Amino acid sequence: MKQKKIATRLKSTLFVLVMSGVLVGCASPGNPKDPIEGFNRAIYGFNEAVDTVLIKPVAQGYDAVLPSPVRTGVTNFFGNIADFFIGVNNLLQGKPDQAVSDLGRLLVNSTVGLLGVIDWASDMGMEKHEEDFGQTFGRWGVGDGAYVMLPILGPRTVRDTAGFVLDFVADPVGNVGHIPTRNTLYAIRFIDVRADYLPADKVIEEAALDKYSYVRDGYLQRRNNLIHDGNPPREKMD
Amino acid sequence: MKRLLVVLASFLVCAAAAADVAPDLLVKNVTNEVLEVVRKDKDIRNGNTQKTLDLVEAKVLPHFNFVHMTQLALGRDGRQASPEQLNVLVNEFRNLLVRTYSKALTEYRDQEISFKPFSMEAADADVKVRSEIKQSGGKPISLDYYLEKVPAGWKVYDMEVGGVSLVTNYRTAFSQEIRANGIDGLIRSLQAKNKTTEPAAKAK
Repeated sequence: MKQKKIATRLKSTLFVLVMSGVLVGCASPGNPKDPIEGFNRAIYGFNEAVDTVLIKPVAQGYDAVLPSPVRTGVTNFFGNIADFFIGVNNLLQGKPDQAVSDLGRLLVNSTVGLLGVIDWASDMGMEKHEEDFGQTFGRWGVGDGAYVMLPILGPRTVRDTAGFVLDFVADPVGNVGHIPTRNTLYAIRFIDVRADYLPADKVIEEAALDKYSYVRDGYLQRRNNLIHDGNPPREKMD
Repeated sequence: MKRLLVVLASFLVCAAAAADVAPDLLVKNVTNEVLEVVRKDKDIRNGNTQKTLDLVEAKVLPHFNFVHMTQLALGRDGRQASPEQLNVLVNEFRNLLVRTYSKALTEYRDQEISFKPFSMEAADADVKVRSEIKQSGGKPISLDYYLEKVPAGWKVYDMEVGGVSLVTNYRTAFSQEIRANGIDGLIRSLQAKNKTTEPAAKAK
């Protein structure tokens, strides 16, 4: 059943990609970065509804039930799995030093860190990085493209959606052969990530005049920041 | 005239004293002081938002330059605002930021914040103080403060969380609102936002 869900998810992703291509042609003059705003807002409304009735309550329960060291262990475990392709992406972005450190993290944490549950590498000074294929494309000079709101998965740009497809294909969790195990891992990771965003959610609620555009503009700023590893050129106001 | 000179002189003395605190120390001290209260105060821990707002109002606000923040958030479209409109905007925007800041403080109070090494030239009048919020299991979130030197000392004019500016993140939404409903339309929507949920800190 969950397998079906993921298949559906992928299908809807493709659907959005196709639709965004179609809709760009008939975009109304609005925000140039968000040419299919009406469509995106509809998907966003859907996502918010699913989140409110299903995902958020589960994440809140998860957050409330698990003792914080266990939660940290879960986050570390998935973070460790991710470190391999973070290293690959650092290499692709021409940052071999960081790539070496990422692989070092993987080695240390997978062994001494008990399959990644304990993040010894950070204590040893090997900093955790955050990289993905979307950032690599950005580093290579690929522009954002239109902003798209994907069903369930949330905000992306066209470039980051393409990157996400690669992330998805390369994802070690997705390549686990035993399907029930794989799907359980998918579910736990999804909820764990959602739970990490619970506090940020409240802050955004407080800050935003219009949550949709606050999330959009925040996402675009955040991605720009990540692509430049925390040092984007700061635009000066005249 | 003489009195004016005395006022002016005392102002200069105060300004010099305030300007003496290095920007990184200023941010560090204020952060630590406020976090200490937020972590320990029973009322705040039990969800007394008004008390948090009052704390931010008293300890943090004096170090923020809200006029500059508002101008940054408005961007070019802000030029059509009359001085009166700008005044109202600054006030409303200030209330919104105070509420957001207080909320963030409450939500993240148990995280550890560490400051990154800071250096500046004596002549610098615009600096960035970097800190980060440690998250168990994740990459730390950066929390950066932009400060400028004004006669009254160093003032924060922008804050970035994970690279997202709490100020310029409003720019697109603000300019869309201004284009659709004018400056007054933006004022109305800010006022409406500030009236929702919890009471905002009283405007001065």
